[in-house]
Amino acid sequence: MAPRRRPYTTAALGAALLLLALVPVLNGLPDTHALHVSDFIVSIVGKWICYAILALAIDIAWGYAGILSLGHGAFFALGGYAMGMHLMRRIGDRGVYGHPVLPDFMVFLGYPELPWYWLGFDNFPFAMAMALLVPGALAGLVGWLAFRSRITGVYFSIITQAMTYALMLAFFRNDMGFGGNNGFTDFKDLLGVPLNTRAARAGLFYAALVSLALCLLICAYVVKSKLGRVLVAVRDAESRVRFLGYNVTSYKLFVFVLSAMISGLAGALYVPLVGIINPGEFSPGNSIEAVIWVAVGGRGTLGGALLGAFSVNAVKTWLTSFAPDFWPFVLGGLFVAVTLFLPKGLVGLLRRRGG
Amino acid sequence: MKGNSLYLDGVSVVFDGFRALNNLSLIVEPGEMRAVIGPNGAGKTTMMDVITGKTRPTAGTVRFGDHDLTRMDEASIANLGIGRKFQKPTVFDALTVFENLELALKAPRGTLAALHWRLGTEAHEKIDETLSEIGLTAGAQDLAGILSHGQRQWLEIGMLLMQDPQLLLVDEPVAGMTDQETEHTAALLRRIAGTRSVVVVEHDLEFVRALGRKVTVLHEGTVLSEGPIDQVQGDPRVIEVYLGR
Amino acid sequence: MKVLLALLLVLAAALPARAQDAFLANLPRLGAGFGEQAAAAEELGAAGDPRALPVLQALSDGRLLRRADGSLLIQSVPGQAVEAVSGTAADPAGAETVRINNRVRAALRVALGRLQIVANDPEARLTAVQGVLRSRSASDIPILETALARETVPRIRAQIELALAASRLAADNPDVKRAAIAGLAANGSDTARSILLESRAANPALSDEIAAAVASIDRTLALRRAAETLFQGLSLGSVLLLAALGLAVTFGVMGVINMAHGEFVMLGAYTTFLVQQACRDIPWLLPWSLPLSVPAAFLVAAAVGAIMERGLIRHLYGRPLETLLMTFGVGMMIQQAVRIAFGAQNREVLSPSWMQGTLTLPGGVMVTQNRLWIIVFGIAVLLLVMAAIRFTRFGLEMRAVVQNRRIAATMGIRTGRVDALTFAFGSGIAGMAGVALSQIDNVSPNLGTGYIVDSFMVVVFGGVGSLAGTLVGAFTLGIVNKVLEPYAGAVLAKVAVLVGIMLFIQRRPKGLFALKGRAADS
Repeated sequence: MAPRRRPYTTAALGAALLLLALVPVLNGLPDTHALHVSDFIVSIVGKWICYAILALAIDIAWGYAGILSLGHGAFFALGGYAMGMHLMRRIGDRGVYGHPVLPDFMVFLGYPELPWYWLGFDNFPFAMAMALLVPGALAGLVGWLAFRSRITGVYFSIITQAMTYALMLAFFRNDMGFGGNNGFTDFKDLLGVPLNTRAARAGLFYAALVSLALCLLICAYVVKSKLGRVLVAVRDAESRVRFLGYNVTSYKLFVFVLSAMISGLAGALYVPLVGIINPGEFSPGNSIEAVIWVAVGGRGTLGGALLGAFSVNAVKTWLTSFAPDFWPFVLGGLFVAVTLFLPKGLVGLLRRRGG
Repeated sequence: MKGNSLYLDGVSVVFDGFRALNNLSLIVEPGEMRAVIGPNGAGKTTMMDVITGKTRPTAGTVRFGDHDLTRMDEASIANLGIGRKFQKPTVFDALTVFENLELALKAPRGTLAALHWRLGTEAHEKIDETLSEIGLTAGAQDLAGILSHGQRQWLEIGMLLMQDPQLLLVDEPVAGMTDQETEHTAALLRRIAGTRSVVVVEHDLEFVRALGRKVTVLHEGTVLSEGPIDQVQGDPRVIEVYLGR
Repeated sequence: MKVLLALLLVLAAALPARAQDAFLANLPRLGAGFGEQAAAAEELGAAGDPRALPVLQALSDGRLLRRADGSLLIQSVPGQAVEAVSGTAADPAGAETVRINNRVRAALRVALGRLQIVANDPEARLTAVQGVLRSRSASDIPILETALARETVPRIRAQIELALAASRLAADNPDVKRAAIAGLAANGSDTARSILLESRAANPALSDEIAAAVASIDRTLALRRAAETLFQGLSLGSVLLLAALGLAVTFGVMGVINMAHGEFVMLGAYTTFLVQQACRDIPWLLPWSLPLSVPAAFLVAAAVGAIMERGLIRHLYGRPLETLLMTFGVGMMIQQAVRIAFGAQNREVLSPSWMQGTLTLPGGVMVTQNRLWIIVFGIAVLLLVMAAIRFTRFGLEMRAVVQNRRIAATMGIRTGRVDALTFAFGSGIAGMAGVALSQIDNVSPNLGTGYIVDSFMVVVFGGVGSLAGTLVGAFTLGIVNKVLEPYAGAVLAKVAVLVGIMLFIQRRPKGLFALKGRAADS
């Protein structure tokens, strides 16, 4: 029983994804060709796809279940760090110090051997599993503690902000074993493909795009299920849902953990694309900026999350290229304008136009 | 008539030194309909909160059959078969009327069960049945947010029907209703009452008289008087509380 | 007349010469053989004549030159020198460097140490005392006694006393030793403790006394450390208190979550900077620029807060999550505006002289003055806020609107105006916090960002809507942070505190000073 089907939205989403799939193809055209797109465009659009996945994750928690996390950047960064650890391990003896096992920064800091929590990351499936499981486990712990004691609304937002803030402070420390404030960079290759090649970029781009499509399907399945309707009910009248006999804590936990794992995936896809991960990714500002993508696009609709992530980041890329000082005003202005004038975001605007 | 009885003994609730409930004792037999009346601040809503697990009592016993309700959360208590209708109707505005009923339908409540849940024919029929019972068949696909106050009350009652509870707690069901709506509501409640225990909290003595059942009068968190409505109305202590000092 | 004057001058020159004939007598010996050099250095050191200091220093540094006639020169830089006897300029051409060996070097070290104790520069004296303290020889006793008699600076006196006790401990007389042990116990410092521990092997007969003295020092040290940690905790707590008080009003009382709160703090700090700039040209006003900044910062932040409330926030009442996002956006814009106006680099706000320096409390507890003032300021602001809420007409109207907006409106209270004033009030308090923070932190556009998370933690921990909770919350978090710091380091202490709060609100989701009952549900 799905009374509000929107076939046009689904078609538009499908078309948009197909259009995106063309980007690396056009990149493969000769430079002189009219439709050729540069390497820069491929990596920047690839980045936006990762952001769109993150936006999707925030949307299923916030837009559907009303859980506004200001710490999703932490899940994203943890996924990124897991991937970064794999990439660092794969550098092997090609680092500056040529140590066969230890990454450069560990040699520099005088680590006698690899810390135990770095073991296994040379294995790609293990690293990918960690990119999902570590954010999922953290979300499970924080969510369980918060939801069971009925911490909701802005309190939860503050707690999650504190969480990412604390992680940022921790990751800035050299003795955490994650490269301190430099983080990880100078990656060489992934699955045997050198990273700074056109083929690798296209591969990463398609990996991100396929992941986006998969996440979209998963999220659509979730929000269209009865579970999705329970989440909407929780968002609007949490205590009423309890009196209907639903264990609200486990529902919220389910969506929060799912959302964190999707964010972790986005982070893992993002790091090889941009070639660096550092503790700055944990900064509370990043998380809240991702929230505003969803708000701009229109929360509570999956298409809105994607629209917001792409449009805000497109404007950001365009504007910061010639007036970087002006960008904080635009972003800040977006926060104000969306909350005051566009509570349903761009999607709401389109729907109103469409009647 | 099978079912559990509700048993409150010596229940006290203290908020910052204020005794919302004071050594309250009450028994509701299976299938019984009980009206609870009392002036503002008598502890009626707090009593409901204690039974449904929203508030933990400071002292005392709350049992439903063999179950100790003081050790359970709202969801588990609801799943025992205790349904609650709030004074201010709360339905899920962003869902359709049909979806509201679907969520209330007695079905596995786990997350994974909900993720894979498919609406079967039997369930569909049951929802349709309830829709016609509460007079909302035509508006089944409307969002609950656009319903009128009375329709919301009925939708909430419909949701309680879907839950199929053994014990029903109803908080001021006719407050703010037109006479016509009140009548419809009374009819609905009588139909629901059939096989269940019902506790109705009401302000309106006329409505309680119309129910014609045993009445419990609460005052300052404790039972002041209990019995048929005429006996209660003749109790000098009740008169003093209601008519003022 | 002229003759008389000349005679007087000669006499005046001769008098010190006579008194310091040890200096003049020993000076030439510094240019002689190693044995002579060492003996002369020792005698010069024992004599305690400040004029020997530059000469011995030069000898030690290899800058003492000897002419063929045996007279000595002190070379300042190559090519320039002065006479060792008189200090008058001389030509170093033809003079050769006086060489020394290790024995002379050792003698020089001791002599220099002793001489510097009477130097004019207090820092040099302090260094010298510390040098003597390291050597710990009974022969230093007289010179330390002399130095102690002339010394006026308390912290140097304390060091001399310590050195004296250490030297006496090296004496032969057991009674002197006992007195020294008592003196060290009374001193109660880490150094005294290690001196006592080291002397144990040399003084088996006194081991009981020494052990008792060490135990007594341990108790003193533990107490002092506890007191200092407590002070640091109170100081951090008062910073948190100042930063969180404004939030307690806007978030706690009004329920408005203001993510731009940190930016109001930052605006307060920049106002302090501007007021100081304005006072720069008026010398008599400069020391008072900081007190002047307090009302100025309050007004600036309050004005921005009032505009923000009237223009934006009031449209979002009842939608806390939207308010949170919107105010974050405003904060971002304020921060960028300040960055463009003042630049991204740190601005320096000077502390007035009456706030500088360290205060030593009884028992050797050291506290920095500016931190002390911040504690005083934080508590004063808290009391002012409480008084404003409790005793003023505005406070009454504010409480009325918080409790029941509609009834307050029917009583003729202009609720919109009260909202604006309350928000301006909370913002103004943030501005005052900025004045305090300008004294201990860098004044930069992102000053507030570092405090916003902590401030929210204080409010959540203390209990929303309770000023007493904010006070207890701020000081608890401050002290816990400082207690954990030595074990876990500053960052992990912070992380631990955040985790602690997460666990704490498991038990008390509404904070320490929670409202209970019906009022808490709404």
